[in-house]
Amino acid sequence: MADMALLPTRKDEDFRYADLAALEQVWPVAVETISVAAGESGNLALVLDGAVPVARELAIVLGEGASLDLRVLNAGAGYGRIAVRIELGRSASFTLGAAQLAGGDQVVEIVSDVLHAAPDAVSRQVVRSVAGGQATANYLGKVRVAKGADGTDGSQSVRAMLLDRTATANAKPELEIFADDVKCAHGCAVGELDANGLFYMAQRGLPPAEAKKLMLQAFVAEAFAGAPDEERLLEAALAALGRLV
Amino acid sequence: MLTISNLHATVADKPILKGLSLTINAGEVHAIMGPNGAGKSTLGYTLGGRPGYEVTGGSVEFLGQDLLELEPHERAAAGLFLGFQYPVEIPGVSFVQFLRESLNAQRKSRGEEPLSGGEFLKLAREQAALLKMDMDMLKRPVNVGFSGGEKKRAEMVQMGILAPKLAVLDETDSGLDIDALRIVGDGINSVMRAPDKAVLLITHYQRLLDYVKPDFVHVLAAGRIVKTGGPELALELEERGYEAVAA
Repeated sequence: MADMALLPTRKDEDFRYADLAALEQVWPVAVETISVAAGESGNLALVLDGAVPVARELAIVLGEGASLDLRVLNAGAGYGRIAVRIELGRSASFTLGAAQLAGGDQVVEIVSDVLHAAPDAVSRQVVRSVAGGQATANYLGKVRVAKGADGTDGSQSVRAMLLDRTATANAKPELEIFADDVKCAHGCAVGELDANGLFYMAQRGLPPAEAKKLMLQAFVAEAFAGAPDEERLLEAALAALGRLV
Repeated sequence: MLTISNLHATVADKPILKGLSLTINAGEVHAIMGPNGAGKSTLGYTLGGRPGYEVTGGSVEFLGQDLLELEPHERAAAGLFLGFQYPVEIPGVSFVQFLRESLNAQRKSRGEEPLSGGEFLKLAREQAALLKMDMDMLKRPVNVGFSGGEKKRAEMVQMGILAPKLAVLDETDSGLDIDALRIVGDGINSVMRAPDKAVLLITHYQRLLDYVKPDFVHVLAAGRIVKTGGPELALELEERGYEAVAA
């Protein structure tokens, strides 16, 4: 384990695409610990929409049969990093729904490490990133299934939308499986807004920025589907989208 | 209302329209027929301002404005509606939201007050009923999971809601069964048959013209209009084929 007082370098896999200059301003990052006791359920929504760099690191433990619904809107004006390490107990259930919006020369990133430590736990990760200008949006996501954690059900759905050819998306979904009876799925795609759709919407009278906003809103909404405060998150995302298009 | 003069247009540097001229007055219904590859859809897209359809010569005047100077959304606000041959699916965006924002964007650019949610729904319900479309379908994402016929019907509902001055309808009849064809035909008549409106129907077949009676029929071949006549011309085309009639 690296010395936490030292600023990471590009050689640290979890910081490979990070904005190290911005990270330096907020380093060291204090680890926030969360535990959900056996049989309990919790939900948490993190909204990053400020002007200064933010890096947060969550260490989460879910007890047997516990569940956590974690939503992230990573849409500040500077560097934004959310790192989540989570350990799932038997039959625990974890949902991560994250949307990232970046413009200018900003870097935003979600780093997750989901450990299925015991049998029959479920993890669902949905990450939607939008990057314009020279911005970079990253997702580094690991799902680890420990020996004996049979009945594991894990999924990662990662999509990024680039608004300009100069923007970048990095996505690295990883699976590390040491159990036999496991269901793990991951999907990953990077694309652009559908030009046919944009013309169709323009032909009905929508100005280009409004048309893009409507499409991006639908794209980002996939990260917040089913969240307890879905409406509030969508509104905050929509406000942030106005900055990008 | 619309004056197209000597229009030339290319797609991917390939000339498609080669000197097309056409005048449409308010109150008229025109039909353009022609073989595959004649440039029928290109005409519609060029009028709509689709990226990639480049005008290389000629002019288009629409209600006193230079249409070619306007952006696609400005053309819509000026009163041009393009009915798509293949309506586009937009996942995650409902018809209701899309159309309300589109209509209000048009109204705003014309200096009109936006419609409230309630006012819009009332209008949408009326227009959906006219095309015998279940209002619930308009709560679904735009065209997603719609059959070919449902998409065409939804195009007509949109036309009814947006109330354009000129509708250019690109093969609105394709993919429709006989009953749907009649409903769509009736829809076009009730929305667009008015002294201050006009329609340009782009079609392969005569059958839509049984329901929407054209005042003029034009034959488009190799990027130009080669023959113009009344409704009887469509029947003649049906009987004798493009090659014989256009030659």
